[in-house]
Amino acid sequence: MQLPVSFSAQAARSLGGPEWLVERRLAALEQFAASPPPVVDEDFWRYSRISELDLDRYVPSGTGDAAGLRPALEADAWPQSAGLLAHVGERSGLAVVVDGVPVSFELSAPSTATGTVLGSVLHDSRGSDVLDQVTRLNSATGKEEHEPDVFDHLADAFLRDAVVLSVPARARIDHPIVIVHLLGSRGAAELAQAVFARTVIELGEAAEATVIELFVSGDGSLLVVPIVDIAVGDAAILSYNAIQQLGAGAWQFGHQRIRAGRDSAIRTFTASLGGEYARFRTESVLAGQGGSAELLAAYFGDGTQMHDFRTLQEHGAPRTTSDLVFKGAVAGTARSVYSGLIRMRRGAKGADAFQTNRNLVLSDGAHADSVPNLDIEENDVRCSHASAVGQIDREQRFYLESRGVPPAVAERLILLGFFEDLWVRIAAPGIRAHLAAAIATRLDGVTGGC
Amino acid sequence: MNPSVLRVSDLHAGVDSRQILRGIDLEVRSGEIHAVMGPNGSGKSTLAHVLMGRPGYDVMSGSVTLDGVELLGLSPFERAQAGLFLTFQYPIEVPGVPLEAALSEALVAAGRFTEAETEQLGARLSEEAGELGILPEILARPMNVDLSGGEAKRNETLQLAILRPRIAILDELDSGLDVDALGQVARRIERATRESDPPLGVIAITHYRRLLAELPAHRVHVLSEGRIVASGGPELAEELERTGYVAYREDAGALGEAGLGALGLGETFPGGLTRG
Repeated sequence: MQLPVSFSAQAARSLGGPEWLVERRLAALEQFAASPPPVVDEDFWRYSRISELDLDRYVPSGTGDAAGLRPALEADAWPQSAGLLAHVGERSGLAVVVDGVPVSFELSAPSTATGTVLGSVLHDSRGSDVLDQVTRLNSATGKEEHEPDVFDHLADAFLRDAVVLSVPARARIDHPIVIVHLLGSRGAAELAQAVFARTVIELGEAAEATVIELFVSGDGSLLVVPIVDIAVGDAAILSYNAIQQLGAGAWQFGHQRIRAGRDSAIRTFTASLGGEYARFRTESVLAGQGGSAELLAAYFGDGTQMHDFRTLQEHGAPRTTSDLVFKGAVAGTARSVYSGLIRMRRGAKGADAFQTNRNLVLSDGAHADSVPNLDIEENDVRCSHASAVGQIDREQRFYLESRGVPPAVAERLILLGFFEDLWVRIAAPGIRAHLAAAIATRLDGVTGGC
Repeated sequence: MNPSVLRVSDLHAGVDSRQILRGIDLEVRSGEIHAVMGPNGSGKSTLAHVLMGRPGYDVMSGSVTLDGVELLGLSPFERAQAGLFLTFQYPIEVPGVPLEAALSEALVAAGRFTEAETEQLGARLSEEAGELGILPEILARPMNVDLSGGEAKRNETLQLAILRPRIAILDELDSGLDVDALGQVARRIERATRESDPPLGVIAITHYRRLLAELPAHRVHVLSEGRIVASGGPELAEELERTGYVAYREDAGALGEAGLGALGLGETFPGGLTRG
């Protein structure tokens, strides 16, 4: 597709950095240019708002007019991040990333002693190796796994730096490692930036860690492409949590690429609350036998928001199990789409996959689509999927009202209760309280008039 | 506080434009226990639902006032705020919503902020639960989720005890309860009719007399075909236990007023109600 005006090779070069990175950018830009433009007629973009996106409106962060923007914000200067950090409490590490550039790191002494690295691709000696290894694993294996889309190419073409978390074999990180992304932090009101936020996480054999990644922005116009590449070694255990609380002017095309080894256990949780249009691709490939993936998400939209989820549960090895539960609610004229694929590769004998998507539609103008898909190459597997789109149960509301609970409060209780089975499955501390508070605040604006 | 009075006057109501209640008159005052008995299909549960304002039920005409305030047209929440309470025959599961959270919100809405505070509410819940034979783990569950019939009824009574309504409608509270549980919930409600301020007024809707053995009614009303066809003292319930509802069924029309009179079942509709 044609390069948007501010996304030239010259702009990509102007981001500087080591030669390998510049070459990597230019190669990605060529791939972008060689890709057909995304159209809503493709299944991959069906129900999306891709046709409304005009890339010519944006300037890649760190280039051109955006080059002079210098972030100088602390993580607790933003209410969402201050709130999250307070709810999480004790942590093993914190990385603050501003407009895709990591600006500060802290890692607890016990975690440092395990050999764990929390740093950046450009500033840690192993950084580029990790980026290289993990992204190669996640983008080159199999013909369809994690197939990159145009935004993946664009993100590589304008990559400034990336957070790297590398946990060596058998290391156990006691408390969550929090990564806070502050986006569109300067000049957002005047200039629509395109920000490419990248995180790479690798866990060695039998390592264990919990990661919480938060995305916040101002209310200005902003394009965000957050990509996380995750490689989980044999018998390793990872809890990865992404919390999207972008501002009202943000458009997001996110990609979570996960590859997990033998007997590993991953649990991902994604909360999508903010943005005008927020898309997440969540893709888990279970490549070693006995691996398991729990993929959870909660989303809430109001006003004219749209949440867009595309998921892949790929089983490439015997006795792998995956359990996906995505639940969301839409109010106002908000929309959501969930499109999920379970793919059972030949040889995935004894694999189990479950997929559940449930939606609450809170107003007449809101709408939710739910599209499950199966692709089965192996006979000896079990798959099930369930999807539902419904409204607040009027009998439940009547029951609570009959106790003397006001209607708007009853709806809030029922809606928070709708998410309860997710909250109890989230391993990371504090997230439940953080999200319950965030959703309750939003609901006050939505149901107050009922 | 001032005593309360619930007045139901010439209430006609139904479901999906199918009329079920055909002119109900009933007056219940603080401290009174009124039993409404009748065969299946006579409109007992409809009466309970219509009084509370359940969605799907239509009122065609009539009036229901609590202390002079017209309840018909008010939302269920507003009726609850006015002091009305319904124990559900089949309490509705509300997944993910803890009992304590819901009660706390109800108390806040009622302006009872101190009682809504977690610590005090928790202590009261434990105390009342103990009296009602409710296991502590039941309190931790989402509302009514995976409760047995008996647990659900105790749980309804627990909420009544915490919320202290002025008038409570008990919809088949006895169904699904064993003798011990029946005694526990009946004693708790009976106590509220004496000790609450104002004393609780009760409409006990039931098919059987066993509830009334534990919760003695001052007045008994027989509901048939959507009308109260007989009202009397406790002896009316005993009579019903012996003879059944056959005399009040729609196909017993030939019996008519004469039939009822012949059976000696107290005054017939529209009997004047007096404080029992």
